[in-house]
Amino acid sequence: MAENVIEVRGLGKRYRIGERERYVALRDVLTRAFAAPFRRDGKRRQRDYLWALRDVNLGIRQGEVVGLIGRNGSGKTTLLKVLSRITRPTTGYAEVRGRVGSLLEVGTGFHPELTGRENIYLSGAILGMSKKEINERFDAIVAFSGVERFLDTPLKHFSSGMQMRLAFAVAAHLDPEILLVDEVLAVGDLEFQKKCLGKMEDISHSSRTIVFVSHQMNQIRRLCRRVLWLDGGQIRMEGSAAEVIGAYEAAMMTPPQGGEHSGAPQVFRSWEFAGKANILKDGLRETTLSFVICPEKPIRGGHFGMHIYNDTNVLVASWGFDEVSVEAGLGQLRVTLPYLPLQPGTYAIVCSLFDGGNSFTGGNVLEVWNAAPLLTVDTLPLTHQLDEWAGIFNIPAELTVCAHAGVAQGAREPNVQARGDAAVTDMACGPEIARRE
Amino acid sequence: MSTASAAIEAKVAAKPPVLRIEPPGRWGEIPLRELWDYRELLYFFVWRDIKIRYKQTAIGAVWAILQPFMTMIVFTLFFGKLAHIPSGGLPYPIFYYAALLPWTYFSGALQGATNTIVDNQRLITKVYFPRLTLPLTDVLSGLVDFCVSFLMFVAMMVYYNIRPTATVLWLPVFLLLAMLTALGVGLWLSALNAMYRDVRYVLPFVVQFWMFASPVAYPSSLLPEKWHWLYGLNPMAGVIEGFRWSLTGRGDPPGRLLMISSGVVVVVLLGGVAFFQKMETNVADVV
Repeated sequence: MAENVIEVRGLGKRYRIGERERYVALRDVLTRAFAAPFRRDGKRRQRDYLWALRDVNLGIRQGEVVGLIGRNGSGKTTLLKVLSRITRPTTGYAEVRGRVGSLLEVGTGFHPELTGRENIYLSGAILGMSKKEINERFDAIVAFSGVERFLDTPLKHFSSGMQMRLAFAVAAHLDPEILLVDEVLAVGDLEFQKKCLGKMEDISHSSRTIVFVSHQMNQIRRLCRRVLWLDGGQIRMEGSAAEVIGAYEAAMMTPPQGGEHSGAPQVFRSWEFAGKANILKDGLRETTLSFVICPEKPIRGGHFGMHIYNDTNVLVASWGFDEVSVEAGLGQLRVTLPYLPLQPGTYAIVCSLFDGGNSFTGGNVLEVWNAAPLLTVDTLPLTHQLDEWAGIFNIPAELTVCAHAGVAQGAREPNVQARGDAAVTDMACGPEIARRE
Repeated sequence: MSTASAAIEAKVAAKPPVLRIEPPGRWGEIPLRELWDYRELLYFFVWRDIKIRYKQTAIGAVWAILQPFMTMIVFTLFFGKLAHIPSGGLPYPIFYYAALLPWTYFSGALQGATNTIVDNQRLITKVYFPRLTLPLTDVLSGLVDFCVSFLMFVAMMVYYNIRPTATVLWLPVFLLLAMLTALGVGLWLSALNAMYRDVRYVLPFVVQFWMFASPVAYPSSLLPEKWHWLYGLNPMAGVIEGFRWSLTGRGDPPGRLLMISSGVVVVVLLGGVAFFQKMETNVADVV
C-alpha cells in the first residue's frame, strides 16, 4: 500500500524583497532607528514582500518520481528548500516520512585543502551519512568516482571534472528514502551528466521517492511519471509527464513569425490527426494531418503551405503544394506523411493558403493560420539522453562494429558500453561519439 | 489474536517518524535531541577545523604557542618590569601566561563562533543540519590549540620550579566555564553577525576592550573589594583568576567570583541559545 511520504498543505513562503541580494549593516539599522520618528510611513508595506510559494498543496506517494518544472523564480528551488528544512515556511506545513537527502548542489561541503579521502568523509557526513555508512560505501564511492590514484592528494589539485565526479560519487551513494534533487545535472561535462542520469534512472527503479527539478524536458520525460508545473509560487498544473510538459511548452512558446491575419474571413477551422486528436503517438508510422477549411469562394490554381516549428521557434520541416483547387464550402486538406520522427515535445503548425498562384507568382493570400491546438508529440525519446544532443529528429539507431572493412561482426549496443559507459543504459549514437574519438 | 495485533504494532512502530515542517514559533526551540543525533557531524566539523588549521599554516602548532608566548613577553616587560603590577609573588611570565592561556582560547573561540554562520553560508543554504553545531565546533576545536599552548605552560612551570598543588583539580571547572562563556557570547554575536554584517568589524575592538576589562594584565585584587561582585559579572574574570589560582596554588580561591560568573554564564548561554535558534529559522534566507 503506497502512502503519502510527502504531504504538503497550504504551504507558503514569503521573502522580503532584496533580502537575499543585500545584507543589512548594523549601522543602517541604527541610522534608520534614529530617522524613524521623522518619517511618515513607519510600517512596512505589503509590496515589500514577495511570495515565493503560495498555498501549495500536494501529496507524493512512496516510490513516486515527481518532476518539478516551471520558469526561473517560480518557486521550484524554494519548495525543495522547505522540504529539506533549509528554510522554514511562512504559512502551512509539510509532513515528511523517512530520511530526506537533498542534493541542491554538487560538492556540498568540499574543502580544497583536504584530500580526496578526507573530503569523501566530510561531504558524506554533511549530506547526512553516518561514519559507519561512509566506511561501508567508501570503496564503492571511490570506484564510481574513478579517482583512486588521487585519493591522498588535496582537492585543490584536482581538475574541476575530477572534483565533480568525486562529489557526485558521494551524493550517489547517499541512500535516503526521499531524494530531493535540484538542477545539479546541468553542470559538468557530458560524461558526468550521463553518469548522473544513469544513476538517477537506477535510483528511480528502486522504491525510493524522488522529487526532481530540471529545465531539460527530455530528462523529466525519461525519469518522471508525474510532473508538477509551478508558476508564480503556485501549482499551475499537475498530471502525467506528457500532459503537463506539453501544456508548459505550449505556454512558453511564442507564436512563430509571419502569423499575421489578413483580415479576410477565416478559412481554416480546425485540424487533427486522422482520428487521433492532436497528439502524435508514433512518429515512425504513416500519419495523416487533416485540416478543416471553409473557403467562401472556390480556389483555383492556389498554394497550400504547411510549416512545423519547434518550441524554440526553429523551422523543423515545411511543405508547399502548388496548383491546389478547392470548392467553396466545408472541406478538408489532408497531408499524408510516411513518418514524422520528431522529438517528443510541443510544436506549432503554421498553414498558409493562397488563391491563383503562390507568393512568387502573385497569388492572393487567403489566410496564414497558426494551427490550434498545438501539435503534441508524445513518444519515447530514442536519441541521445541529453537534451542538447537529442536533436530535432527522433530516430532509433543500431550500431555495428566491424573488425575490418566489410567484415561485420554483428555487434550491437552492449559492446559500445564496454568502453566504460556502464552507467548508461541505452547508449545513444549522438555526435559526441565522433567528437570524443 | 495477540500475536497478530503484536505484528501490527511492530509494523506501526517500524514506520519512519513523521517530520512536520512548520512556520517558526515565537520562540526558538532548543533541539537537544537533534543535536545529539547530529553528533557525528559535529565531530566531522571539529575534525575539519583542526585538519585545516594544522595543514594550512606552515608553522602549524608553533603558532598556537607563539601567540600567548609573545603576548606574555610584552606584558612581562611593560606591565611587570616597568609598571610593577603586583603578581602575588609569582614570576611575571607564569603570572601572565596562566592568564593568557584561557584568554587566548576564549578570544579565538569567540571570534570563530561569531564568524562561523557567515563563513559557512554556502553550506547553510544548501543542506540542513542543526546550525548550533557550527558555533559549537569553534568552541571545541579551539581546545586543541589550548592543549598545545598548555604544554608550553608545563615547560615553564618546570623551568621556574613551581609545583602544582591539589588546586589543579579545579582546572577543568574553569576551562568549562571559559568554553560556556565563549559559546554563550558567540551564539549572540554569530546570530547578530548573520543579520548585521558589520558585527565582524566591531568584534576585534570588543575583544580588545574585554581583555582589559578582565584580569589578564593585572590581578583582580587591585580593584576595591566592594566592587568585586560587579567585576564578577564579567565571566572571564572568574575564569582567569581561577586559572591562576588552580594552576599555581597561590592566592585565595576565587569562590565568590566563580559563583557570580557561573550565574552570568548560565543566563547568557540560555539567552544566546534562544536568540540563536530564533535567528536559525530564517538564517538561510538572510546570509
